[in-house]
Amino acid sequence: MPDVSIQDEAYNYAYLDEQTKRMIRRAILKAVAVPGYQVPFGGREMPLPYGWGTGGIQVTAAIIGRDDTLKVIDQGADDTTNAVSIRRFFAKVADVATTTRTEDATIIQTRHRVPETPLSEGQILVFQVPIPEPLRMLEPRETETRTLHALSEYGVMQVSLYESIARHGRIAKTYNYPVLVNGRYIMSPSPIPKFDNPKLDRNPALQLYGAGREKRIYAVPPYTPVKSLDFDDHPFEIETWKESCSLCGSSESFLDEMIVDDSGKRLFLCSDTDWCQDRQEKQRVDAAK
Amino acid sequence: MYVAVKGGETAIAHSLDLVADKRRGDRGIAEVSLDQIDQQLGLAVDRVMTEGSCYDRALAALAIKQARGDLIEAIFLLRAYRTTLPRFGDSEPLDTSRMVAERRISSTFKDVPGGQVLGPTYDYTHRLLDFSLAAAGERPAAPTAPADMAPSLPRVGDILEREGMLEPPPDAGGPAHDLTRQPLVMPAARPVRLQNLARGDEGFLLALGYSTQRGYGNNHPFVGEIRFGSVPVSFVPEELGFAIEIAEIDVTECDMVNQFAGSQDVPPQFTRGYGLAFGHAERKAMAMALVDRALRAEELSEAVASPAQDEEFVLAHSDNVEASGFVQHLKLPHYVDFQSELVVVRALRAEVEARNPDAALSQAAE
Repeated sequence: MPDVSIQDEAYNYAYLDEQTKRMIRRAILKAVAVPGYQVPFGGREMPLPYGWGTGGIQVTAAIIGRDDTLKVIDQGADDTTNAVSIRRFFAKVADVATTTRTEDATIIQTRHRVPETPLSEGQILVFQVPIPEPLRMLEPRETETRTLHALSEYGVMQVSLYESIARHGRIAKTYNYPVLVNGRYIMSPSPIPKFDNPKLDRNPALQLYGAGREKRIYAVPPYTPVKSLDFDDHPFEIETWKESCSLCGSSESFLDEMIVDDSGKRLFLCSDTDWCQDRQEKQRVDAAK
Repeated sequence: MYVAVKGGETAIAHSLDLVADKRRGDRGIAEVSLDQIDQQLGLAVDRVMTEGSCYDRALAALAIKQARGDLIEAIFLLRAYRTTLPRFGDSEPLDTSRMVAERRISSTFKDVPGGQVLGPTYDYTHRLLDFSLAAAGERPAAPTAPADMAPSLPRVGDILEREGMLEPPPDAGGPAHDLTRQPLVMPAARPVRLQNLARGDEGFLLALGYSTQRGYGNNHPFVGEIRFGSVPVSFVPEELGFAIEIAEIDVTECDMVNQFAGSQDVPPQFTRGYGLAFGHAERKAMAMALVDRALRAEELSEAVASPAQDEEFVLAHSDNVEASGFVQHLKLPHYVDFQSELVVVRALRAEVEARNPDAALSQAAE
């Protein structure tokens, strides 16, 4: 790796200038005050591509300090390339300690997963959001969706879920499953699997959602009710697997599937690498006893 | 046993080394210099400055070199640098009637005050590959006339405007909106739309502008004027309180004149579409002017029926840095979402097979 430390001094702490951080913090405060409401913010052009976590990076850059410990995951794993890239970015520009352990992190930036290990008060979960508008695929116009949110006019979403039941016999939406926050705003939980939706509900940690390309920030404050949309006769349910993790034996975590040979043999592993390693460690310790 | 790939960090480091190596190419061939890019690939520099929203030829040349000639990547590099620069304030509006024009044409009048000046253009080149360029060799300088020292070059549009035949340009009053600092909110005012189009992808605007000519939102355009040359940039420092000239920049301006039948409140007059780009970029400026005019459909009580007239469609998708990022983010891992889909599709298939065992059989036979 080329040494770029000299070049880095040209940039402010955590890359963004202080004015920009203040602007983003104001947007975050507003978002926390109105849970689930999408606050427009003056998103900056980041040195990473749009769609690769620029919203989450800006939120993290605005809240991070030297005392923080940062964990970055993508698909639940700490060692996926984009998670590595973002962690390196903050280690470089914010001189911050990083960790892969969920319990040790003060800020966890994530793409597509909520960690299996329950979060605690004081932790902040920062989501990278591609499309913040939960109604976007039903109504492409921003002017329209803003009005629908303002009037809590969410029939169109219920109808789309009903249509899914009519066609498939069940709600076939599997990720980015819409939620109602604090009984008021329908919110996109970002493309996490619906498996993770129950973890959003009354979570002790603060959830911040950043959409860089679309320039929106929204939030779920600690202990806020988050309900996955459903019907009385078709209650919300999460994915289950017949298999369990090949490494730690977990049957309660979200499993990734891998194809391990040409004949299509499958292997199932925990998507949350920290959770999986932690369990393997404990099993080793128990075995040693 | 197969385990998830580890060591992303090392792989990324090697990838960075490899791309730097590819950039340099064959070490036996002289490295291209920024001056060479600036002077000999000047139109690429112009495009990167325009869509990168940053007038700096050296930085744009550096970005082009770093991006190995991928202009959208170069635009991204330049923007990511630009966003870290401090803002001193807004310049005074450019006065393009003070342009020292290298080129200036009008297609609406045979002759206009200041004359038709062809200047450097590919318009009349025959597109025959010039094999003499393949060999190194000096080229004699082109003969030039002495510069026109007239203090101003009146715009064709201004002349039509005096007659009342062409609508006046909108009042520019109020501080400029800055799309790089404030989010785009719909519906957007025309200055914001123009800013978005100026930063917008040339190819996207070209296709949209072209679509208006083929009947998707036609507005019968004429090139009132295209001019290219250098204009002074003025700035009012707070401590001085008056404008000083801080730079001269090259710009291309296109004033498109469009037919308009008039409405109940407005007598028939021609309407305008406007395009402006850094450097020499006529295709961009013209496409921008066509799309600007198309986006005024609602304001001019025309039916909004075509993509180029649809503000949310055009403005939300014009930016190639945003588009490139989001399209290419599909390269990122999505295996969690895909796993969720696998789970539900398997469950749905199992239900169908349980209901209709023949379906399962016929598939097994295939």
